[in-house]
Amino acid sequence: MGALLRFATAGSVDDGKSTLVGRLLHDSKAILADQLEAVTRTSAERGFGGEPGAIDFALLTDGLRAEREQGITIDVAYRYFSTGRRSFILADCPGHVQYTRNMVTGATTADAVVVLVDARNGVLEQTRRHLAVVALLRVPHVIIAVNKIDLLGYSQQAYDTVAADVAALARELGLADTHVIPVSALAGDNIVDRSANTPWYDGPSLLELLETLPSLDELESELEALRFPVQLVIRPQGALAHDVDDAESFRDYRAFAGRISSGTVRVGDRVQVFPGGATTTVTGIDAGSDSVDEASAPRSVSLRLADQLDAARGAVIVAEGALPEPRRELDAAVFWLGAQPLRPGARVLVKSGTSTVQALVSDIVGRRDLDTLALEPAAALEVNDIGQVRVRLATELPIEEYATHRRAGAFLVIDPQSGYTLAAGIVTAPVEASAEERAATAAAAGWVSV
Amino acid sequence: MSATETLTVETGIDTLDALEAEAIHIIREVVAEFERPVLLFSGGKDSVLVLHLATKAFWPGRVPFPVLHVDTGHNFPEVIEFRDRTVERLGLRLEVASVQDYLDDGRLQERADGTRNPLQTQPLLDAITAGRHDAVFGGARRDEDKARAKERILSLRDEFGQWDPRNQRPELWDLYNGRHTVGQHVRAFPISNWTELDVWSYIEREGIELPPLYYAHEREVYRRDGMWRAISDVSPAKPGEAIEVRTVRYRTVGDMSCTGAVESDAASVADVVREVATSTLTERGATRADDRISEAAMEDRKKDGYF
Repeated sequence: MGALLRFATAGSVDDGKSTLVGRLLHDSKAILADQLEAVTRTSAERGFGGEPGAIDFALLTDGLRAEREQGITIDVAYRYFSTGRRSFILADCPGHVQYTRNMVTGATTADAVVVLVDARNGVLEQTRRHLAVVALLRVPHVIIAVNKIDLLGYSQQAYDTVAADVAALARELGLADTHVIPVSALAGDNIVDRSANTPWYDGPSLLELLETLPSLDELESELEALRFPVQLVIRPQGALAHDVDDAESFRDYRAFAGRISSGTVRVGDRVQVFPGGATTTVTGIDAGSDSVDEASAPRSVSLRLADQLDAARGAVIVAEGALPEPRRELDAAVFWLGAQPLRPGARVLVKSGTSTVQALVSDIVGRRDLDTLALEPAAALEVNDIGQVRVRLATELPIEEYATHRRAGAFLVIDPQSGYTLAAGIVTAPVEASAEERAATAAAAGWVSV
Repeated sequence: MSATETLTVETGIDTLDALEAEAIHIIREVVAEFERPVLLFSGGKDSVLVLHLATKAFWPGRVPFPVLHVDTGHNFPEVIEFRDRTVERLGLRLEVASVQDYLDDGRLQERADGTRNPLQTQPLLDAITAGRHDAVFGGARRDEDKARAKERILSLRDEFGQWDPRNQRPELWDLYNGRHTVGQHVRAFPISNWTELDVWSYIEREGIELPPLYYAHEREVYRRDGMWRAISDVSPAKPGEAIEVRTVRYRTVGDMSCTGAVESDAASVADVVREVATSTLTERGATRADDRISEAAMEDRKKDGYF
């Protein structure tokens, strides 16, 4: 069976997303008899649909009492299903309440995002916004499900219009791998099986496509040099595991535990350790009690090194010659999720890899207009804004640009007082606002413009 | 693109490898960032799995945290025997929060329906406070229940252990935010993303030992609420409930007074994997009386500080 695929679903209100998710789970036999019975019973009690036995698929995914009572979805819900070819983790992201927060949460771990578009409405403002988030977070695959195509008599023209708009938008946003599929979630067209109602469409069904897309780990596994953030150091000394027979040979055991964030490590590899840059050799790779010759991302292993280096949590072991530039100043895009606005001068914590450091947001360069993605002046970032900022770190970090290395360029912004996660951040190339934008920013902030 | 084209790049990392890597990463993050973690350990398959993953995460070192059992007093004897043997074998410290103690001295009262699962919350919270535990590992999985499907991998709890589903921290990439203040603690669920079939497939692959009642055996049972209940001191049959001997196994192991068995001939791990793969009922729907009380039964108990 192929590798696990994590995907997120997003759409505007009434695009039929819950129905699509329910249909996908139902038709892939992921819904079991007791769940179906409960949903069928509740559907009937609430008078859903005209036909007897019609099912309100949304009831399958709305997990909280408030959601069922209000008929809305509040939070990202995770669903699990598998076909003969692959296992899936589906992050179901509600579209209307705090959609940026939910989209960002779902998209940061996604190999693919399915965005629903109502065939009757075409590409809307919110579709553009969803795709902008997906583009900025560099989700590898984007699937546009053109839903309710049955209500337009399976019109090829309606599909072609959406497909052309999506293609233009994909170019504009720099989306890499985009697919457009005509579907009816309610009727089941092109969800699991290809539909006879859309003979003019010769592409795969939604599920067929999901079964064949390469995951992020598959895409990145051979592309990047080794990067291994150290989570902790394993030095059992006397406290050995029960199945260690030869206590004497483990007396001085010392290994660096972590999860490979990119590349492959092999015994005998020359590696460098951040901070400091000392060079040494990998003498052993332990995966539990198994010693292995090599391991690749995203495995969790322990590395034994030839030299006794002074490395602890926060250190990063990399391929020789691939030592990251230590950075104290970051240009970054932030997806602001905090209830309180972000203003220049804010003191925060930044968590990147296995390091958490104090930081200062020194400058808000601007706020993204999500329709055009243009940077516009802003004195502060409000909840659900995407902004461009400069951050000064109290300690140097081995952080890289997100575009070249996702896991090395992603960070959290944390409120030092409440502990709340204020923002998702990604390190970008330096972005300069134009002179007019800077003047406007100053004016917006109430500063005297010179 | 035609669907018959296969784009998959072979990396040799399958679903179980990916889930294992994620779980070990989470366990190590919690141990690195918290002072006094503890693992909720019932002897049930999910907590056994988390403990197994912890042994892999720290090998050749010993698992660096104790285990905590919330003991309802309504235990399957073979599960307690398994619990004690496992703790002894791995050289762990066992903390026990006893519901019976609370009933004996009047801090809790027996419920009319005789079920003790809802009574676990107070002893659990007291044990977390007494042990000064700032992180509590659990074996909960998101596929178990609709409310659990919405819970984060690191789930912040206040001093009453309460879960606030409408005010959860966003969980981004694999960067876990464990910041908390005095009185708060974090529940950590390393196997959130595993399904029941994943758990069984991994148990088979790794050869993990479980209490014997997960496999088909003969037992004296009676029928109640569409489930087979074991005869015991704490779960007697009522008049009119016929006692018979059936070949059964348990899909979940909890309080004896509210956990039902399913009829099954699955006597080995491989048999169970096959059975689970073709099952038409969820494990909780099939075996847990307490989750059938209302559509929001699990959500309500989680908000009150339950697992």
